[in-house]
Amino acid sequence: MLERINEARKLMDAACEQLGRQINIMEVCGTHTVSIFRNGIRSALPEQLKLLSGPGCPVCVTDQGYIDVTVGLAKRDDCILATYGDMIRVPGKEGSLESLTSGNVKVVFSSDEAVKLAKENPDKTVVFIAVGFETTTPASAVAVADAERLGLENFCILSGHKLVVPAMDVLLSEKNHKIDAFLCPGHVSVIIGTDAYDPIVKKYGRPCVVAGFEPLQIIEGIGEICRQLMEGKPETKSIYNAAVTAGGNPAAMKLIEEYFEPYDGYWRGLGKISGGTLKLKEKYSKYDAMVHFGIDEIAAEDLSGCRCGEVLCGLIDPPECAMFGGACTPDEPVGPCMVSTEGSCAAWYKYGRKQ
Amino acid sequence: MCLAVPARIVEMEGDKAVVDAMGNRWNIRTTLIPDAKVDDIVLVHAGFAITTLDEEEAKKTWELFEEIEEYRDNPNKLSG
Repeated sequence: MLERINEARKLMDAACEQLGRQINIMEVCGTHTVSIFRNGIRSALPEQLKLLSGPGCPVCVTDQGYIDVTVGLAKRDDCILATYGDMIRVPGKEGSLESLTSGNVKVVFSSDEAVKLAKENPDKTVVFIAVGFETTTPASAVAVADAERLGLENFCILSGHKLVVPAMDVLLSEKNHKIDAFLCPGHVSVIIGTDAYDPIVKKYGRPCVVAGFEPLQIIEGIGEICRQLMEGKPETKSIYNAAVTAGGNPAAMKLIEEYFEPYDGYWRGLGKISGGTLKLKEKYSKYDAMVHFGIDEIAAEDLSGCRCGEVLCGLIDPPECAMFGGACTPDEPVGPCMVSTEGSCAAWYKYGRKQ
Repeated sequence: MCLAVPARIVEMEGDKAVVDAMGNRWNIRTTLIPDAKVDDIVLVHAGFAITTLDEEEAKKTWELFEEIEEYRDNPNKLSG
């Protein structure tokens, strides 16, 4: 293993020397962010090679307006909110889901459990907080399919699902970006396939390398990026061969395409991203919480002083935010990058201060 | 959010399955892998199998998880 790490490191050193400037690689997956910190990977890289944490944490990019809607729904006596655990601590204007005493919020581990809650509580409307990238979206589609099959009248989803490639596009079209390459998410790629990154490579000439989450995978992924940068031939490549294919998971993609359609929704810190958010198609509007509760649009809200947006774009490191470690800590978070266990700020706070 | 766990399918009916990994058993759906069958090892994310995995790969991840558990139980143990 040491030999492979050394091989990768040689590529990195050679690239730094050849390019003669700082190399910036953005990782767009919250699980990569944490793995990089937990394994001290930054300390194993040459000084000229910088890893930027991108908007790869679905909790972190959920607009505050969305949180405010979930809190509003959770306060209703006729609702049960079913949510993945990582959403409950994100603070909105009137607190977080966790802070509510109404008892209407249930943490679930799968969308299946949300459908089950609807079956068992026919007198309440169960709203599934459907957040996550393409890895999690098929599960929401299956939940809607199940609800339809079971003839449930009291189940709906509040879709905040997002797509990774449109965000990558926006990041690279931002004038001041410094991104030389992307380290692409492992499990999103299981679903969408590596071919999905080809348009990014073609349009912007940046390498897109998919790696798994173990430290050796990440280090070899960075090595491969450096090899491509030296050769000047950017391409999509996966080194996570155990799980990722060019075409992805067809059954999962078919479900996403059948139930959802992209629109220009708000991403925290990045604003409206063209085709970056998913909503249920009109034929499934019966299961759409927006329609069910007559919510027109989820408005973007801004937390003054919070610089999560710049952190998410890799423009600043968390410590450069005035609130980091002071007004904003994991115990009392202001922005989602500190709330989510996979947020850059939380990772930096927990692991990064010596790096 | 992207965390996924490899697990072996031990029971299956339609697209509902029971999987086994690291001493735990739990229910999942195999809706996204229509060809899945008993004894396959799958990668499970948020209650759904998202792909099949070969045993070698799964073992690597299980070993990593066990290592993490070990450090959790023995916080003073230093890595070798």
